Formats: sequence, structure tokens, C-alpha cells
Amino acid sequence: MYMDRDFDQGGEISPNEAALTQDLELDTLFGAMAVGDKFLLEVAKRAVLTSLDEPEAILYRQHILADCLERSAIVREMYAIAVEAIEREKKVWGWGQYPEGMLHRSVEVIKQIMDLLRRLRKIADEHGAEFRSEGFTTLFRMFAGELDDDYLNGVEDHLRRLQFRDGILMSAELDDGNKGTRYVLRKPWNPKQSWMERIQTWGEQLFLRDRSDFVVQIADRDESGFRALTELRGRGIGLVAGALGQSTDHLLSFFRMLRSELGFYVGCLNLRDRLAGKGEPICFPEPFAAGKVILSGRGLYDLCLSLSVEERVVGNDVTADDKLLVMITGANRGGKSTFLRGIGLAQLMMQCGMFVPAESFRANVCDGIFTHYKREEDSSMKSGKLDEELSRMSSIVDNMTPNSIVLLNESFASTNEREGSEIARQIVRALLETGIKVIYVTHLFDLAQGFYLAKMDAALFLRAERLADGRRTFRLVEGEPLPTSYGEDLYRRIFGAA
Amino acid sequence: MTGFRSILFDESGIGTGIDGQEAPEFFTDLNLDQVVASITAGREEYNLKPFFHTPLSRVETINYRHDILRDLENQALFGHIGSFAQKMRAMRGHLAQADKLHYKYQKQRWFLEAADIYCDAVSCLTHDLTLADLRSRGFLAFREYLTTYTKSGDFGTLLAEVRKLKADLSGVRYCLHIKGNHIKVSLYGSEPDYSAEVLQAFEKFKQGSVREYRFDFSADPEMNHIEAAVLDRVALRFPDIFSSLDQYCQRHRDFLDATIGDFDREVQFYVACLEHIERFKSAGLLFCYPAVTDRSKEVHGHEVFDLALANTLLRKSAPLVTNDFYLKDPERIFVVSGANQGGKTTFARTIGQLHYLASIGCPVPGREARLFLFDRLFTHFEREEDLQNLSGKLEDDLLRIHGILERATPNSILIMNESFSSTTLGDALFLGTQVMQRIILRDMLCVSVTFLDELASLSENTVSMVSTVVPEDPALRTFKIVRRPADGLAYAMAIAEKYRLTYESVKERIAS
Repeated sequence: MYMDRDFDQGGEISPNEAALTQDLELDTLFGAMAVGDKFLLEVAKRAVLTSLDEPEAILYRQHILADCLERSAIVREMYAIAVEAIEREKKVWGWGQYPEGMLHRSVEVIKQIMDLLRRLRKIADEHGAEFRSEGFTTLFRMFAGELDDDYLNGVEDHLRRLQFRDGILMSAELDDGNKGTRYVLRKPWNPKQSWMERIQTWGEQLFLRDRSDFVVQIADRDESGFRALTELRGRGIGLVAGALGQSTDHLLSFFRMLRSELGFYVGCLNLRDRLAGKGEPICFPEPFAAGKVILSGRGLYDLCLSLSVEERVVGNDVTADDKLLVMITGANRGGKSTFLRGIGLAQLMMQCGMFVPAESFRANVCDGIFTHYKREEDSSMKSGKLDEELSRMSSIVDNMTPNSIVLLNESFASTNEREGSEIARQIVRALLETGIKVIYVTHLFDLAQGFYLAKMDAALFLRAERLADGRRTFRLVEGEPLPTSYGEDLYRRIFGAA
Repeated sequence: MTGFRSILFDESGIGTGIDGQEAPEFFTDLNLDQVVASITAGREEYNLKPFFHTPLSRVETINYRHDILRDLENQALFGHIGSFAQKMRAMRGHLAQADKLHYKYQKQRWFLEAADIYCDAVSCLTHDLTLADLRSRGFLAFREYLTTYTKSGDFGTLLAEVRKLKADLSGVRYCLHIKGNHIKVSLYGSEPDYSAEVLQAFEKFKQGSVREYRFDFSADPEMNHIEAAVLDRVALRFPDIFSSLDQYCQRHRDFLDATIGDFDREVQFYVACLEHIERFKSAGLLFCYPAVTDRSKEVHGHEVFDLALANTLLRKSAPLVTNDFYLKDPERIFVVSGANQGGKTTFARTIGQLHYLASIGCPVPGREARLFLFDRLFTHFEREEDLQNLSGKLEDDLLRIHGILERATPNSILIMNESFSSTTLGDALFLGTQVMQRIILRDMLCVSVTFLDELASLSENTVSMVSTVVPEDPALRTFKIVRRPADGLAYAMAIAEKYRLTYESVKERIAS
């Protein structure tokens, strides 16, 4: 997921997550990626809402995703292995509070997981060469290099030995109070002793002392004695038990990480399959560094709308490079909102490394993606509504940095046009002057007209297209704001009256 | 062997039966109980209080102590004594632990460690003292004692044997083979460290940081019977070492030298004093070694203060007011009057504390002082009890002052606080005058806190001291006690203002 770090499922995501999700209808997108899988849903949310801010990082993911699109079966198999590792661990019963318990459980879990590691290794061996992205190459090289047979056999050897069928051997020294200390687990010399050692043992047995002099035997009923014996064993194996416990955690966290990271790409595969099924185009966008002002695309469509209808949806072209302000006016139901959402989705998907719903798309990365949409709820209280809008705007401003983008949809229309325009004008002008990209869908003629007459180079004005016969094409064309909207058209179409 | 006997007493001043010494009668009146408690806090194991309860009778002994204190003001020496004390404490801790333990080889090892710490403590101290620039008779004699002691054959053997045994024991390495209910103890045969091997094998799986698993085993010095049984087998495996240990413990049962043991305890008297005053010094308060005399009653003090009060104020970070005083022949008696809550009693206590602290050879709280070495110190403070029975209280007051005057000599000091306040003004004046005349006749030093202005000008032997108020605001106390004729008016004015009963106030109130 990242070039230099692991995909952190607990990481910080945008503070405006809820608003983004609602305004861009992201749940539809997440749903298409998850296909009913709760875990995939979480990963999709996390990944989409955690934007990357470097074009290189975006390209890194795009390359991996490209590999995935080509070798989807293998990626899905690897994902299944990761899922299984997590499942297997849950089935191992055990208790890790004491060294022996932890050791026993860890040995069992690692044994179960070894087999899955071998399968991953096999995939790396057989298919590694087919993958081209840096991300996969690194992963497969890691499998091949780190998990060779010698190593895996060695680990399994240790797992057998750690069951201590022949008892535990440890060395010790005396502390300042003659208590045993510095217990170190020892590996017995090969049972086949050298002849010299055998003679020593023999001599010891024969001449020095009775062997039993050196043996402590705990009586059958001596409960505290057995407790002491357990503790003593624990001191010997404590270090190993701790290390195995940690290794288990490391292995599991590796598989968890693998599951999360591949989960994102599996989600992308699901989405791709869905879109391919209905013939919608996708493309890898071209990301530009923050600081440049780039926004252009062909055939850009509202992915979420497409996912919720049978037929293909209308795409729009946009050429807004070097434009900080894009102001969209025009007919109701003329495709303004879907266009706005299309831009938002494309920007967001680009910044998490995904393909975007368009034939082509390029944009500069933004530090933050914000939405400010008119909310339909509590329409009863006019003043309360403006308060609510302003307070949302204020918290957006709290979180904004230059190089952000904000999508405004009918903002500040909850008061009369003069007031709303004035409020909006001041806010928008301030945003533009700090270098924030503003895409504004509005009915506020006063506002739009004001900006249009200012003839700013960095402003683009789009209008929902209406054909001569009054029909809407759901396409946007460049054009100055017009004083009336096309509600009349809509009314006529719906009511069928002339 | 040289003449060193004690770091607290020169040859003339050795006291006997000091350990049972209770606090003198006047301790509570002068708040010296608080002072001593504060000084000795945290050093209960040394039982230092008896030393603080025993005033000295000779100026030479006081100077003996002052000289030692001056030596100890050297930070390096102070540090050496501190580390010596720490080791001696550790040594006692080990002996106590050896006593508590059950298993023979464990007891013996703790005993051995105690001896080792003792040898180290004594050797280091000897070395440190040899390099130190010592001036005091006490330390010079002690150094000579130590040098002779450490060169003695007894100490040499103690040291050499403990070193050898410890080296041997730390080389003991054995193996335990645990299988089923058997533990076999064998000699360590350089078997490879299996933990390291396992750790290395599993090292590869490490990534990021995960929870550390640590298992806590009891750190109790006690052993359980299994450990003890194992230790017995270890002893069988290393018979020479363990029999040497056995013999060592027999031979050196009483390794601690009595004189060194006493030094360790007694030197804490000085350490406690110096550490205590250090806290005040860092708050800007001064201490000094007073000139102590048993010849002249011309005492004086500059910037002196009540140590108990200072302790309380220091804790609250509140500022403290210091005072000055002096007596010129034939002056003997301070009569302190003036505004209540103005620091009169504090002033009286301060003079009492200064003299007492001087008498035990301590530094005293103040910039500079010349003090009298008394034979006895008396206090006559108001008693709280029997408030309902005024005649009983007066009688008690009189009985007590009578008893004091019976025992007092010209070399005694008396601190009186509001005596006879429990009777009528006429009675009080009469009794006060009578008692004061007797005190004058006895030619003893005295501080008398009283509301009777008349006593202040009784004779050429009395000096009037007055508590003062801020001139602009008589309700504010300065806590300064100054040498000045008694004048009750300042106090009366303050009271009047407080109740709005001054001339202007009353006129104003009536007019309205």
C-alpha cells in the first residue's frame, strides 16, 4: 500500500469523513468493493478515505493495481491464504499467562501457519516473475529470500524440539543470596557422547558419588513443590516462550497486514469486475504534484450513479487546468450534481491509488478534499439552517490547508440570494486567495455573475446544456451564468404540460 | 591505638547513659520537639534523638563539634560520609536478612555479602579520609584509628577471605535437567545457549513493535524448598567452596568493630544537622557557628529566626522575618511587649532555641551570634489546662515559677511567656514585679513576654523590646521586635481602627 510503510488500519483519516461519505455517496462505492464482506468494507473505507499526497505514492499503488487487474486469480488466492491464517490462529486454544502455556500455544499456532507460509512461497516461486510492480516484486522477493526450505525446515525442527520431550536442560549461577539466577536454556550435547564424556560420566557414577545424590525428586503429594518446579521450568523457558509469543504476534500481524493490503486490491478487483460487466470505462489517472493547478478529463462519470442504475451513465469532459474556481450553473437535473460528484470521486479515488471512472483524467493532488452540500433535512427552520451551514463551513475552514479542494453544492442557498451571495462571495474569494480549489454548483446568480464579471483567469464557468428544443443533455458546456434556471423545463417534462 | 573514642564527645565530655535521654521539659514550649523531629526525620534507625536531648556542659566539647561540622562542610568529605553510611545501612540490611532466612547456605551467603559490604565501606572511608584535608581533632583522631584498624591482621584476613570466596561463588555454574518430577544437578558443560538459537531462528518474523512478553518471577530473597534442595546439590557439586563459606561464617561471627559502628551512628548527628540547615540556606536563610561562652552574659544575635516557624513557612514558601538582639552589661532581661500576634512569643522562643542549639554544638539560625552556655534552661509558658479555674491556674503559675527560681543559678536562662495573665491587672503587676526582682537578684538571663509595660523599665538590668506594626496601617504586623521603650498606644490604635473607634471615625459616625 505504501512504499515505505505498512498499511495502518488504525491510522488517521480525514476529519470530514462523514460529510464526504454522505455527499459523494461513498457507501455505494464501498459496497461495490466489498461485495458483502465486512472486512473488505472496512479496508475499502479506510483506504479510500486516507488520501496519499505524493504523485509517486499514487503511481506506486497504480502499478500494483495494474498487476492485480492482470493476475486477479493469483491475488485472490493470496488473499485467501491470509484470511485462513487468521482463522487458524483463532482455533488454537491456549492460555499464555505462564511461560509454559504461552510456549505451548505459540508452538501450535506457528506450526499451523508454517504450511501457509510454504504456500505463499510456492506462489512466489511459480508466478513471481509475472508481476511487474515494485510492490509485488518486493513482496515476492521477500518470500523467496526469507522463506527458503532450509529456513522453514529449521523452524519446524525447533518447533519439535520446543516440546521438550526429553525434559528441559538449563544452566544457572548463584546470585548474591545463593539463589539460582541467570537461568539459560541449554541444548544438550548430542546424545551420542564422545568417549571422553562417557568415561567421565561413568567415573562419576562409579567412584565419586551415587548419581542420586545430585537428584532432587518431588514427592507425589508435594503441591507447593510442583508449583516451585513449574516456576523453575518457567525461568528456563521464559525467554524462549516470550520470543515465540512475539514471533506468533509478528507472524499474525504479517498475515493481518497482508490481508488488509491485499483486501484493498481485492476490493478494487470487485469494482473493476462490476464496471467491466456493464461496459463502463476506467482509467489510471495522471497525478500531478500539489502546487500545480490541474483538472482535466474525458468521459468523467458519476461512478456511484452508475453503480445504482442498469444502463451506462453520461460522461462529461472537463478542461480546467490552471483554474482554481469552477462555477457551474444552469438547469436543474441537468447533470450538475453528478458532474460535481464525478470530480470528487475521481479526485478521491486517484488519491488512494485507484483507477477512476473516466476515459482519461488528470489532476493535482490535494491535501484535503472537502464537500459542502446543501442539506435537505430540517428545512422547516430557515435561520437554523443557515446557522448549520455556516457552522459546517467553519469546521471545514478549521481543517483546511492551502492545496485543498472544496466541492460546494448549492451552499448558502438557505437564505435569500443577496445574503447568500454575499456570504459565499467573501468565503470563496478568501479560499481562492489562499490557493484552495473551489468547485461550486450554484443557483445564486448574483454570486456567479459577480465572479464572471471579474474576469479572473483562474475561473471557469460551466453551464448545464440545454438544447434548442429545451431538452437536457446532462452535459456541461462552458458558458456565462444565466439569470434563470431551467426548473420550468423540468416542470414541463415531468408534468408533461406545455 | 590512639585516643579516639567518639566523634560526638571529646575526652572531657563523654556522656554516659545518653541513650535513654528523654526530651527536656522545655522542649515543647520552645517548639524544639518539632525542630528535632524535623532534623532526625528519616534517620530513625540511628536513634539520634538522645544526642539532641543532651546539652553539653563544656565550651570545649561544643568547639569540638563545631570543628567537625566545619570539616563536614567540605562537599567531598560529606559525600564520602554519605556513601559510607549507605554501605553500612546496606550491611545491616544484609545481616538482618541473613537472620530472617531459613536455609543454611542462604544465610551464610547473606552474611558473607554483609562482611563484603563492611570491608568495602571501611576501606573506602579510610582511603577517602586519607586524601581529605581534615582539621578537626575529632576527624583527625578517627582517621588515625581507621588507618591502624585497616592495617591490622584481623581486618586483612576478613577482607582477603571474603574476596576469594565471592570470586569462587560467582564462578559457580551448574546445570539443571528437569524431567517429570526429577531435577538433576550437574556441572555446566558449556552446552550451547538454546534460547539464543531459538531467538535467532525466529528473529526473521520480527517487524514493527509488538507487545513484549515478560514473565515476572518473585524477587523475594527467600527460597522455596525445591530451590533449597537444588542449592544443597549444588553445594555437593562444589564441596570446597561451600565448606570455606561455612568456616568463614564461624570465624568472623563478630566482624563489626564497635568504634566504627558507633562512629557510623554518631556522625549522623552532624549529617542530619547539615542536611537540615541546607534546606533553609537554599531559601536564603543564614546559619552560623555561634561564639559560645560561659563567662560573659553579653549575648547578641543578628538576623536570627525561629527554626520551627521557618520550617512551617518554608513549606508554604512564605517569607520569614528575622530579628536582632543584644545585651550590654549589666543588662540581663528582655521584656517583650507590644501588639499581639506581632511575633513576641516567636522572639522569645528564638532566643531559647538559639541557646539550646548552641549548647548541643549545632549551628544556629542567624547570621551571627554570641551565646551563653547555661547550666539549666527553664521555660514558664501559659498552660492551656484548667481554664475554668482561674485561681487554680494562678496558683499553678506561681508554683511553677517558684520551683524554677529554687533551682535556677546565675548561669541559668529563663524564658517566660505571658506569665500571670490570668489574674487582675493589679495582681499581675504586683506578681510580675516581685518575680522580676527575684530574677534580677539571681543575675540570670531572661526573656519575658508580657503585656505589663511597667516591667520593661523596672531596672537597669531590663531591656525593653517591642513588637512593631506598619506605621501607615497599624493593623499590619511587621514581626520585627525592636529595642525601644514600651508603648502600648500603637497597638491600641490598631484595635481602635479595626472597630472604627478612632477619633475621626467616632466623630464621623456620631455626626451621621
